[in-house]
Order: sequence, then structure tokens, then C-alpha cells
Amino acid sequence: MQVALQQLVNGLTVGAFYALIALGYTMVYGIIRLINFAHGDIYAVGAFVGLSLYGLLAALRIQNPILTTLLALVVSMGFTGLLGVLLYRVAYRPLLHARLSILISAIGGSLTLEYGLFLIYSPSFLVYPHLFGRAGPSFGSVDVSWLQVVIFVSGLVLMAALYLLVHRTKIGMAMRALAINQDAARLMGVDVDRVIALTFFLGSVLAAFAGVLTGLYYSQISFLMGFLIGLKAFTAAVLGGIGNIPGAVLGGFLLGILEGLAAGYFSSRWKDVVAFAILIIILVVRPRGLLGERVVERM
Amino acid sequence: MNALNGPPLSRSRAALAGAVALAALALPVLGTPYLVDVGTQVLVYVMLGLGLNVVVGYAGLLDLGYAAFFAIGAYTTALLMVQYHVAFWATLPVAALFTAISGVVIGAPTLRMRSDYLAIVTLGFGEIVRIAATNFTFTGGPEGIYGIPHPTIGEFVLRSPRAMYFLAMAFALLVLAGSYNLARSRLGRAWLAIREDETAAQAVGIYPVYFKLMAYILGAVFAGAAGSFFAVKLTAINPSSFTFIQSVTILMVIILGGMGSLPGVILGAAVIVILPEALRGFDRYRMLAFGIGLIILMLLRPQGLWPSRIGQIERRAVALSEASAAAGRAVDTASTPE
Repeated sequence: MQVALQQLVNGLTVGAFYALIALGYTMVYGIIRLINFAHGDIYAVGAFVGLSLYGLLAALRIQNPILTTLLALVVSMGFTGLLGVLLYRVAYRPLLHARLSILISAIGGSLTLEYGLFLIYSPSFLVYPHLFGRAGPSFGSVDVSWLQVVIFVSGLVLMAALYLLVHRTKIGMAMRALAINQDAARLMGVDVDRVIALTFFLGSVLAAFAGVLTGLYYSQISFLMGFLIGLKAFTAAVLGGIGNIPGAVLGGFLLGILEGLAAGYFSSRWKDVVAFAILIIILVVRPRGLLGERVVERM
Repeated sequence: MNALNGPPLSRSRAALAGAVALAALALPVLGTPYLVDVGTQVLVYVMLGLGLNVVVGYAGLLDLGYAAFFAIGAYTTALLMVQYHVAFWATLPVAALFTAISGVVIGAPTLRMRSDYLAIVTLGFGEIVRIAATNFTFTGGPEGIYGIPHPTIGEFVLRSPRAMYFLAMAFALLVLAGSYNLARSRLGRAWLAIREDETAAQAVGIYPVYFKLMAYILGAVFAGAAGSFFAVKLTAINPSSFTFIQSVTILMVIILGGMGSLPGVILGAAVIVILPEALRGFDRYRMLAFGIGLIILMLLRPQGLWPSRIGQIERRAVALSEASAAAGRAVDTASTPE
């Protein structure tokens, strides 16, 4: 039982990362039907930009961990968000109607970002500042750090904010309209290109947030860090029902928890197999994901 | 190679195909061992590309875990040869059988899914196979299997780069002939019909799941053959050759070349292997240049380097289908962000 609780806590932390990244996949997929392969690397860029900021602030002798973290987060999210928009404008927009070519372009974007980081920063692991210790609220024999609490709560706040943005604002309405029918949305006066760019911006901002926090949580980052987690986050998005925002959140947390339990009870070497096997089983039993709606694939 | 694209072949393309055939024959005679080895690598990707082309290009099913079948073929041959001292040629039917079975295992439960979900399930399958190969002891774990013997014909041992090149060429030509005939068979026409309009295909009596499964099985067997060759070529295999990146690379071969087009696959394989080799001089910038190169290539030639003629006819029909697709999208509300 104690193992289960401990893995639940770890799973919720990792799940928050998956969910934050999965949101970017699911929004982009919902609107332009693209599996944005570069999204995991956008997350990695977020982590690296955050690290640069910590370095810069340390050089400026700003030591307060909370202040530096907030600054690192804000700058990294802003920069990475703009990078996401740039990626869309350069690599995706001209190919919006070529389904497979855009996928290759996305893979090209992914390699470009990965090896851009490789060249600018380092081919090996970089160490993140160790700002927050292991201390935390006490829950009996289960270890919870304040950092985990912050990751979980702030993740939920951002997800809720995104949900409100998509469902309660005019721009969110435009996004939903675009997901249903791009041509009709354009006829109603929606600036399609701007809304798609905004979607990329939002997705990248969330990924950068996750990037900086994973840096703090695992205390090391590498230029390939986005690859596997990107794969898992996409899995989470599909698990929840791709194109669906609460689905991505649910899928992310579920995947994190299941993986944590698999690592705790089984063997951490097999945890990825467990994650993918569960994905396959769920999709076989419920092919539209957990929260996905019924869909007619082709008319 | 003139027959690749059907009889009405434009003169420039025929000349190009002729030049490629000449180069392919001249390479083992004139090339250095390094160049011959690069040529062999191109041929491996030709085999893999042609196999995946059956699944993606002909049947229109996106597969992101294709390297799994490549791995199953390679491991079957390697294990049989190292553990049980079976001759290389005798391992081929076994590898074909195993890859066919794995094609059924992954295909049968999943082929009714939406294509994007199929993509992610195949991705998961690919990862499972790779991780299993890393963790099981009988597959040699992360070190894999080494000391795989060279194949022999009678007394003659196929060992030199040149011999391996000719063996690869034989494999590739077989796969090429198979793909060419498949496209023109009853199967090939059924795939085309399903890919273009599944509902209409069903209406004329084509049972999509059966034909999709056939595409899966045949694609898997082609990859298995490539895997068997790969095992004896390298004489040592390990899971790092069968990653997700490998699957993506094979997919890039066929998309770069132009979906469903056999000369396109050959061209795509050449670009995928030769471009990173040619960029070796840039060393640290190599992969970055490759990534940027992919984006630029796609921006300039979104239909691939050598698109199939069917693809070109399709594009003319796109204007027509656009209208019906727009009507379809109105109904397809599932992907609304909620």
C-alpha cells in the first residue's frame, strides 16, 4: 500500500508533465490534424532557455529561488511560445494541405531543434540549479516534496486556465469553430492563420512551463530529453481522446500513474512496455480514446 | 528498370532510371569498399521502403512502428544462425512466417481504428518490440547478438562488401518485382479502392479489413527479409538499430520519394542514406543540416521527389473532392477541443 501511495505521488507529478505537453499535441491536432513531432523538442527548448535564465540571474547576483524561478518561467514560456509560432509559420503553414509532407516537415523541425540545442548548449547532460530540497508536507510514510506539490497545483491551474480560454472567450470560440470546419470559420470572419498561430503559441507556452519544472524536478536536462516524453505525451493525448482538452489532462495523469505503479510493482525497465501495452488495449476496446466522441472517419 | 513506372514513361525519366541502373551496376566494380557499403545501405532502405510502401503507399495505412518487423526478421535469422546453426537461406522462410504472424497480431485488432490511432498503436508496438529485445536475455539484452555467420552458397562464403552488395541487390530486386506485381494485382486494385474511398470500395464488395490485413502481412514480410539480410550483413545486431527513429527514417524514404511510387522509393532511399553521409564533412552540423534539409525539401516538393502518376491524377481530382471533404468535415465534429 505504501508503495502504491508513493508511486501515486510520483505518477501525479510525472502525469502533470505529460498532461501539459499532451495539451499542445491535442490542440494542434484538433485544429490542423497534425501530429506535431517537434512538440517534445519545443519542451526541451523551454528547459534550456530556463537554464540560461538561471545562469544569467546568478551572474546578476539575484539569488531568491522563487523570484529567479518565476523569471525563468516567464521568459522561457514567452520565448518558446514565439518559437512555436515561428515553427508553424516556416515549416507547417505552407504544407497545411499535404498531410504526409507536413509530417516529414515536423520531423525535420524536431531534428533541427534537437541538434540546434546540441550545438548551442552541449551534447551531454546539463545540471539544473538545485533550488528546492526534498522537504515537503508530511503524509505519514509517503515522501512528498514541496516541488511536487507546486508542479501538480500549478499544472492544474494552467490547465484550468486553458480550458476557460477555449470555452469562455471569443478567441477560444474561434479555435473551436476552426476545429469543426475551417472554411465555415473563415466565412464567419475568423482569422484562421492567427488562430492557428495562437494555438501553437499556447501549446508551446505550456510545454516550456513543463520543461523548466522538469529541469528542477530531475535536476538534469539533455538535448534529446523531449523525444521520449513527447512520444508519451502524444500517447496520453490519444489515450484521452485526441482533440479533447480534458481528455489530454486525464490521459496524462493516467499514464503517469500507471507508469509509476508499473515501475513500483513490476520493474522500471518494463514501465514503457506497460504504458504502451495499456494504450493499445484501451484503443482496441475503446478506439476513440477515453473521452473522445464517436466519429465518422470518412464520408 | 524502365518497367517501373509503366509503359508511358517520359524520356527524361527513362534516361534517369537508366543512369541509376548503370550506376548501381558500376558501383561494385569501380567503387571503393566504403562506397559499396553505402550502396548496400541504400539497398537495405530500398527494401524497407518498398515494404512500408505497401502499407502506407498502397493501402494508405500510416505505420509508425515499422522497424518492429525489421527487428523481428533480423532477430529470427540471427538467433537461428547463432543458436541453432541453421543455414541463412533456411532462416528466410521462418523469418517470413514470424513477421507475417506479428503482422496479424498487430493488425487484426487494430485495423478498424481511425488512421491516426492506428499510427500511434503501431508506434507503441514498435517500442514494445524494441524494449522487449533490450530486456529479454534470449535476445542478448542491450548488447544484442553477435558472431552471426556469413551466408554461403555451396563452398563460397559471401563476405566481402561486394558480395554483400550483390546479395542486397538480389533481395531488393525481388522485393521490387513483388511490389510492382502487387500494385497491378487484384490485391493492389483493392488497396487503391480502399485508400481512395473505403465506403465505395465496401459497396462494390471489397472487405476492407481483409485487404488491409494483407497489406500489413506483406509489408511485414518485406521488412522481415530486409531484417534477415541486415543481420548477416552486420554480423552483429542490437536493439539500437530498431528504434522509433528507424521507423521514421523508413517513412521518410517513401514520403521523400513520393508515396506509392517505386522509383520514388529508390530515390528516397538514396537521399536518406547518401545525404547524411555526404554531410559527414560538416560533422557537428550534420544532423542540424539534415533536419533543415528535410523541411526545405518538403516546402519545395511536397509531393515527394518522384510522385506516382496515380498521385498526380489524384491531385487533379483534389479540387472536386475538396467540396465533399468540406461537407464531411461539418459532420466530423469529434476533434473539437472540449
